[in-house]
Amino acid sequence: MGMEGIGARVARKEDKRFITGAGRYTDDMVVPGMKHAAFVRSPHAHAAIRKINIKAAMAMPGVIAVLNGKELKADGIGNIICGWMIHSKDGSPMNMGAWSPLATDTVRYVGDAVAIVVADTRAQARDAAEAVEVSYKVKKAVIDPVSALDPKAPQIHPEAANNLIYDWELGDAAAVDAAFKKAAHITKMDVVNNRLVPNAMEPRAALGHYDKAEDHYTCWTTSQNPHVARLVMSAFYNVAPENKLRVIAPDVGGGFGSKIYIYPEELTCLWASKKTGVPVKWVAERTESFLTDAHGRDHVSTVELAFDAKNNMTALKVDTIANLGAYMSLFSSSVPTYLYATLLSGQYKIPAIHANVRTVYTNTTPVDAYRGAGRPEACFLVERVVETAARELGVSPADLRRQNFIKEFPYQTPVIMAYDAGDFDASLDAAMAAAKYETFERRRSTAAKKGKLRGIGMSCYIEACGIAPSAAVGSLGAGVGLWESAEVRVNAVGSVEILTGSHSHGQGHETTFAQLVADRFGVPMDSVSIVHGDTDKVQMGMGTYGSRSGAVGMSAIVKALDKVEEKAKKIAAHLLEADEGDIVIENGELKVAGTDKAVPWFQMALAAYTAHNLPSGMEPGLKEGAFYDPTNFTFPAGCYICEVEVDPETGSTEIVQFVAADDFGNIINPMIVEGQVHGGVAQGIGQALLEGAHYDESGQLLTASYMDYTMPRADNLPSFNVSTTTTACPSNPLGIKGCGEAGAIGSPPAVINAITDAINNNNLSMPATSGKVWAAIRSA
Amino acid sequence: MSEVSMVVNGRKVSGSVEDRTLLVHFLRDNLGLTGTHVGCDTSQCGSCVIHVDGKAVKACTMLAAQASGSTITTIEGLADGASLHVVQEAFKEHHGLQCGFCTPGMIMAAVDMINRHPGGLDEATVRAELDGNICRCTGYHNIVKAILAASKKIKSSSARKKKAA
Repeated sequence: MGMEGIGARVARKEDKRFITGAGRYTDDMVVPGMKHAAFVRSPHAHAAIRKINIKAAMAMPGVIAVLNGKELKADGIGNIICGWMIHSKDGSPMNMGAWSPLATDTVRYVGDAVAIVVADTRAQARDAAEAVEVSYKVKKAVIDPVSALDPKAPQIHPEAANNLIYDWELGDAAAVDAAFKKAAHITKMDVVNNRLVPNAMEPRAALGHYDKAEDHYTCWTTSQNPHVARLVMSAFYNVAPENKLRVIAPDVGGGFGSKIYIYPEELTCLWASKKTGVPVKWVAERTESFLTDAHGRDHVSTVELAFDAKNNMTALKVDTIANLGAYMSLFSSSVPTYLYATLLSGQYKIPAIHANVRTVYTNTTPVDAYRGAGRPEACFLVERVVETAARELGVSPADLRRQNFIKEFPYQTPVIMAYDAGDFDASLDAAMAAAKYETFERRRSTAAKKGKLRGIGMSCYIEACGIAPSAAVGSLGAGVGLWESAEVRVNAVGSVEILTGSHSHGQGHETTFAQLVADRFGVPMDSVSIVHGDTDKVQMGMGTYGSRSGAVGMSAIVKALDKVEEKAKKIAAHLLEADEGDIVIENGELKVAGTDKAVPWFQMALAAYTAHNLPSGMEPGLKEGAFYDPTNFTFPAGCYICEVEVDPETGSTEIVQFVAADDFGNIINPMIVEGQVHGGVAQGIGQALLEGAHYDESGQLLTASYMDYTMPRADNLPSFNVSTTTTACPSNPLGIKGCGEAGAIGSPPAVINAITDAINNNNLSMPATSGKVWAAIRSA
Repeated sequence: MSEVSMVVNGRKVSGSVEDRTLLVHFLRDNLGLTGTHVGCDTSQCGSCVIHVDGKAVKACTMLAAQASGSTITTIEGLADGASLHVVQEAFKEHHGLQCGFCTPGMIMAAVDMINRHPGGLDEATVRAELDGNICRCTGYHNIVKAILAASKKIKSSSARKKKAA
């Protein structure tokens, strides 16, 4: 490991612009003639649109246009799509209702877009949006996912009878039933996974610019995957063919999944730009983000875990209803199925598993992937039921887990996944040692003396990242491939540009990706640039989500670097009159191994471009590309331990210790990986203690601002004790697994297990607010 | 309309704005100082923190007209030429930022916090005083670390200066 190579704790290259205020986010973009948009949105959760009167709005100062869904349809703009086909267990395809970017006849959630107003200034656009008179016939709404399945519930889409989108299953029901009949002990629980709002700090925004002379569109947008945005807007929304549509995702202020999807606003801004002849910019207000960014989680489940007389797990049965909101967002269908039920084996050898999942429409904001996406829901079920079982069986939660750990790899679970590597004992041992688990009871007694209830809880999570290979996900219904692309351009003076289809919105790619090059060629990181986020610069890519940029994005770079290295060595061998096989690259030089004969990296690069003296038949230049399609998922896993003190008088919970021991495989930059864990754990603690989207019965989102939705703040959280254990991932060239989501996946059950341990009442739902904890203490 | 003039990052500026124009929009839209961000509209997130007459203020909570006659520092004016402010350096060194969106507000709030505690800071104080700034990426761990490190550095360098004087 060099100072800047793989494994080095290198400070980030991208930081300079962010700490000096020179970052460039979508809202910072200005193009000549640019005007501003505001959306007219439904104030009702469910209503028929009778009439839209724009007269008053059009008369207001600065207003250029007010455009509606019928005009959008008339121009051939398509409906918003869901890109993953799920079939119900009876073989029928999912019941997908139509989602018009601007509603034409029915609105289905508060915030549903009805019209776009374009005006000279942002304030004028917002004023005029308020002046658009939409006459509605209000209908009854249904909010709760269980009630939505009632045949008497309001029907949201004609395509989905009883609001059922699909009724899907995974696993062997007969084997599970047989195991349950023979069980010595069964632990059964009802579990709700609370609805969350992702809340990236940068609100979503889009700037659409139609160039009439070139008949060409440019869209600056807050996207985690600009190429997918271009593909979908081109192929499905009919905005323009791909060569006439450039999508740029500049600096993006966090995503956490919510910026994967192609929402109505981007394409409507592009369309409105063509309609009005001016560039159109829209930036969400925070409440608009709360109402329209895809939400996360929102599952209602029953879980049952069966044991034999020796406390070995024999079967797991899960029944889940997942709320997908008013419309099916881009990957919504895959989250409660292939990203969820496939992880229900956890870290345990469970011979038989069966999951049934029903997804439903409700009159709420669409729900899609949010940091972890399906895996936090699976982990929460498994780790809560295992902890509860340990309490019921009267055995140590650590021992019960350890006894049932999968210890031999590869391991084929009964729910598709084949775990390739891991050492669950190692992470459990590391976490228990770091948490001083053995001496916890002493701390509990000390806390009791000062009137506090102290508890400890653990969670042994496993998740799946770098979802792939493309052919496999295609057979499961995915509409896209899940590979990644890279291009390595070595310039004539030896500096290097890496073009990647991954997109960085906080993950530090400009640093870690450059470390790969520094490690391989010995060139300084300063001479390596990472190019991403622009469909005119990078040909194609799948973007960043599902913790895929390390395992998949960097593997593509490695593949391209291999090709560059091969050609570079050929050139060097020719220049040095040596055998190609004898060339090694060290400290920025290509050397003949074991001699002092060498050619500096930059000189080799120059030779590639002068082309005066290249091996016979070799093309000039030094530029190579690669597409990498993984052969398997990767499986990060680890153990989190949370220790809390609860004040029985107020029910308030303080996290006094949080330990994370993760196995992410090999690590490129430990500083960045630790940061990912900190952030993920904070979001998981947020889910467990503070966060929750709440609707009233009529479908108004009551938690639609930071005054109502409790975001974790610095004084809600402790400093975290994070460490790693390592088993390399065998399926990719770097041996890395991915680290972006683990924190949010593993932490919620650890927190709830700790609080329920402290208060001696296992009946506690998330978020465990002080009010709920106070009540639970009194009903214990 | 209101005529406003103020000193921003050492430069005299003026402009004509609608009465309702918030200071943050004057900075961003009129002056092109886009380092100050809008994250929430309700004075909760702190992405827009700047210094007005030496004090930390949420620029989304003040009208441009109210700030007329003030001396303002934004994130763009914090560094002294090419040399970064100690707090900026500390955020980089301790990985106190990821997506960078809350960062300008965090840094401006941190500078103010350190100024108000010349005797130094501890973790509990930093966490309590960061209450007005939301970060969704870092879990605050490294932000707290960066502020404590910067506070320590500033305290020891001002002690050295005092000694030398």
